[in-house]
Amino acid sequence: MKRAAHYVIFYSILFGIWALIARLHIWPPYLFPTPWGVGEELYAGFADHSYWIAIYVSMQRVLIGYAISVVLGMILGLGVASNKFLEETMGGLLVSLQSLPSICWWPLALLWFGLSQNAILFVVIMGSLLSVTLAMEDGRKQMPKIFGMAGRNLGARKFQLFWYVLLPASLPFIVSGLKQGWAFAWRSLITAEMLYVSLGLGQVLMMGRETSNMNAVIAVMVLIVALGYIMDGLVFRSMERHLQHKWGLTPTST
Amino acid sequence: MSANAQNIGTQVPVPLDHRSPARAGSPRGKFGPASTIRPIRAGANEVAKVMLNDICLSYRTQRGERLLALDNINLEVKKGEFLCIVGPSGCGKSTLLHLIAGLHWQTSGQVFVDGKPVQGAGTDRILIFQELGLFPWLTVGENVEFGMKMKGIPKAERQEKIRQYLRLVHLSQFKDSYTHQLSGGMRQRVALARALATEPDVLLMDEPFAALDAQTRDLLHDELERIWFETGCTIIFVTHNVREAIRLGDRVALLTFRPGRVKREFAIDLPRPRVLEDTHVAHAAREILDELREEINRSLEVEYNVGVKPHVEVGAEL
Repeated sequence: MKRAAHYVIFYSILFGIWALIARLHIWPPYLFPTPWGVGEELYAGFADHSYWIAIYVSMQRVLIGYAISVVLGMILGLGVASNKFLEETMGGLLVSLQSLPSICWWPLALLWFGLSQNAILFVVIMGSLLSVTLAMEDGRKQMPKIFGMAGRNLGARKFQLFWYVLLPASLPFIVSGLKQGWAFAWRSLITAEMLYVSLGLGQVLMMGRETSNMNAVIAVMVLIVALGYIMDGLVFRSMERHLQHKWGLTPTST
Repeated sequence: MSANAQNIGTQVPVPLDHRSPARAGSPRGKFGPASTIRPIRAGANEVAKVMLNDICLSYRTQRGERLLALDNINLEVKKGEFLCIVGPSGCGKSTLLHLIAGLHWQTSGQVFVDGKPVQGAGTDRILIFQELGLFPWLTVGENVEFGMKMKGIPKAERQEKIRQYLRLVHLSQFKDSYTHQLSGGMRQRVALARALATEPDVLLMDEPFAALDAQTRDLLHDELERIWFETGCTIIFVTHNVREAIRLGDRVALLTFRPGRVKREFAIDLPRPRVLEDTHVAHAAREILDELREEINRSLEVEYNVGVKPHVEVGAEL
């Protein structure tokens, strides 16, 4: 309850300052969007379904891309962690590649896949794959060795060992990496959509730019942040809490 | 090896009604000296359940030296026998269990189970780790279920077995708890139930009760002995606690300090159930302890690089 009150106070102040500056008319409304302008834009966007469609398209893309990079990243990460040669060579490469913004792959993606959905997926995957891989590698190393031995001892072999032992055992160590991967995937998607005329939130934002409708630009930015926050809170936070509870990492939460 | 063997304890007839039919059936030379040591000769054409043949294990240390951890270990364990392995810390007794479990490879020599060489991990030999290695992401019931699930046993049968084995270790009410919600002794029993549920022929236990308080340990000794009677499985139990070894074992093998060798074997012919405070147990413990003390002194000399008085205090080992 107290936390909710804090939220209300914080956001009221934030919007208050924004409204106040807008009211002062220092800059014309087309340079400095007003809160009520953005609100109207949001209402209109949802009313004519254009935002719903954009959200649907963007979410679909990011979910597919992210799912692929989670699967690939887990396999890659496990491979790197369990092979000394790969760890020494590829481990360093992965870390250095992570400093590369995924949109740098855009020109190549266009060449390989053309101006299509696949080009966007490629950029999304490149954006989040490394985080997931590094997280998995790290998790595999941090995971106590005893679990793997106990699993083998109880008869788990190859895929069973991976699926029933190594994966769940390393989950608490990789959940933050999965979260980071999600954030990277989401960002890469919006960037790619802004460069490529297609449905999706990024494109709606660029439409706002082209029509000099700053209210629409801000409205879409609000949507992007809100969706990112909802995913973080709904999926990852609850996953973390669930894991911590299961593993007994929190004092008590029953 | 048999020349080294010696029987300890009073020659009191074993109360046979105490043991289950499965165990009473196995031929045991109760009175003949050293006859328990050589099971192949004792029991006509019976193959040893577990046989360690000239096991050597060496590894490279951080500094690049070659260290011999196990040197020429020869041991035979009969079907249904309870063998305890004692030795100072660092004698490689845990490693020996890992070799039998097929989780590590020896440098030379061979481990035989039922006369067949061990080719890796297998559910006929289940190891209970010192750290237990219970899966924290699974409930108690799911932990017990794990080995059966890997074996592909049908779900209904698994549920039945879970109930059965949790009842055996008196943890029926805790089926849906997570392991971190249990006490140390209870976790120990979950590990035992998880191991037993795969119905192994050989149970390997690596200092399982070392971290427990004395009362809990006494209780678990009783329970382990009861379960051993009921299941008739073969147990190889590693401990550094001599009295625990005598409390539980049919036979005690004493390992030397680095490199680990079988220094001596003792057949424990005391009636069961034994009580730790019993004078016969204490008497038997003294004999083994005298031998163990030499090894502990040697280990201290090596580890601290100092000469130690011949009679170092080993009260903690009791």
